[in-house]
Amino acid sequence: MSKTYYDPADLRKFGAISDWNEELGTKFFDYYNSVFEEGKLTAREKSLIALAVSHTEQCPYCIDAYTKDALQRGITKEEMMEALHVGAAIKSGVTLVHGVQMMNKVNQLEM
Amino acid sequence: MATKSLHKRESDLANSNRQLEILSNGIFKNGELPKFADKIAETGQFPLRAKKLEILQINLGYMCNQVCEHCHVDAGPDRKEIMTKTTMMQCLEVIKNTEAHTLDLTGGAPEMNPNFRWFVEEASKAGIKDFIVRSNLTIIRANKKYYDLPQFFKKHNVHVVSSMPHWTRGKTDKQRGEGVFDKSIKALQDLNAIGYGMPESSLKLDLVYNPSGAFLPGDQVAMEKDFKKALLEDFNIQFHQLFAITNLPISRFLDYLIASENYDDYMYALVDAYNPSAVASVMCTNTISISWDGWLYDCDFNQMLDLKVASKVQHISAYNEGLLENRNIIISQHCYGCTAGAGSSCQGSVI
Repeated sequence: MSKTYYDPADLRKFGAISDWNEELGTKFFDYYNSVFEEGKLTAREKSLIALAVSHTEQCPYCIDAYTKDALQRGITKEEMMEALHVGAAIKSGVTLVHGVQMMNKVNQLEM
Repeated sequence: MATKSLHKRESDLANSNRQLEILSNGIFKNGELPKFADKIAETGQFPLRAKKLEILQINLGYMCNQVCEHCHVDAGPDRKEIMTKTTMMQCLEVIKNTEAHTLDLTGGAPEMNPNFRWFVEEASKAGIKDFIVRSNLTIIRANKKYYDLPQFFKKHNVHVVSSMPHWTRGKTDKQRGEGVFDKSIKALQDLNAIGYGMPESSLKLDLVYNPSGAFLPGDQVAMEKDFKKALLEDFNIQFHQLFAITNLPISRFLDYLIASENYDDYMYALVDAYNPSAVASVMCTNTISISWDGWLYDCDFNQMLDLKVASKVQHISAYNEGLLENRNIIISQHCYGCTAGAGSSCQGSVI
């Protein structure tokens, strides 16, 4: 048993989730692969979205996977960092927009 | 950035037997990953057999003006292995009589062979349909004596295939050396100026893309689109096709994989991306690779691992195309590099 919660080698075993429920696992991977196909958005654009979301979700497996995916697509590190800032901006915006609720509550409670 | 070849550094990995040992040990020996022979046997493709010869690839020598990080030839200015005029004459006899439709000159920088121009002039007389010279581009700007190479290529209707790892300076120079990007751009502009790579032009100019690190190349068509857009917008450069080539885990790239602790992951990535339908079209089945000293190999990679053809005929001096047909191809775990994803060859993807 691994002594850490995340082992990079576990990423290779992702497909094994189907072992204990083949039907749902297969459906998930079919869906997953379809999502990343070229569509109205390019596969390249989808890869950058995935990279940003990997960070906002703080998933180390996903960060490894989509960093490599970006390199394979010839995406530059400057583009990768720019995508991350989109995720970071939304994250900080999410925090700050709740400030309105805080302000509403203060205004309601204070005389 | 390396400045000397593995040979000059007297590295352990300059020895091809050591490389083959590494490729058969570790994750392949303990059964974690299947050996290439077992993998292709799953689909009844073992032994891999040569088909009719289509491409004659000749390595004119390992000397090069660059010392690229990923070079599978371990080429560089310190390599002295250069094809002699006598061996070239033997090659010319073969070129005159071959059934192959493509002649592919490579190196090192083939232009650094002192008899390069004479050889091209003579070989072009044979009228082979597609006559390729793999030029690293910077050689054209390396010295005044090479400045007229574009004109020379044009005169002999040579198909120029050049390496270009990325459309940005940073990635290119990191893999190929400081200043390589700017020189390559200038050389491409020189080639464009005389008609190479222009739409509808018969003067073919193709680019080769190798990933600049421990990852596989992306989709060739998508990469070509990105390269074309960026090079046109930024430098007004045009070219015909992009060949996306997987780095094979041998020589300097193997050295890099081990030193950067990426070897296991890279081999996993190659095996995971194994595509049985690419096996039928791998280049070793339609190619003969000839070394600077005239030995025959199934491909350029086997040449660097010193795995000679499994045939009665092993040297240019006894060349016999009929006898080379149907030979068994020599394989090892590096072959996973040519069967990953859409496959990989000196002409890019195979499917």
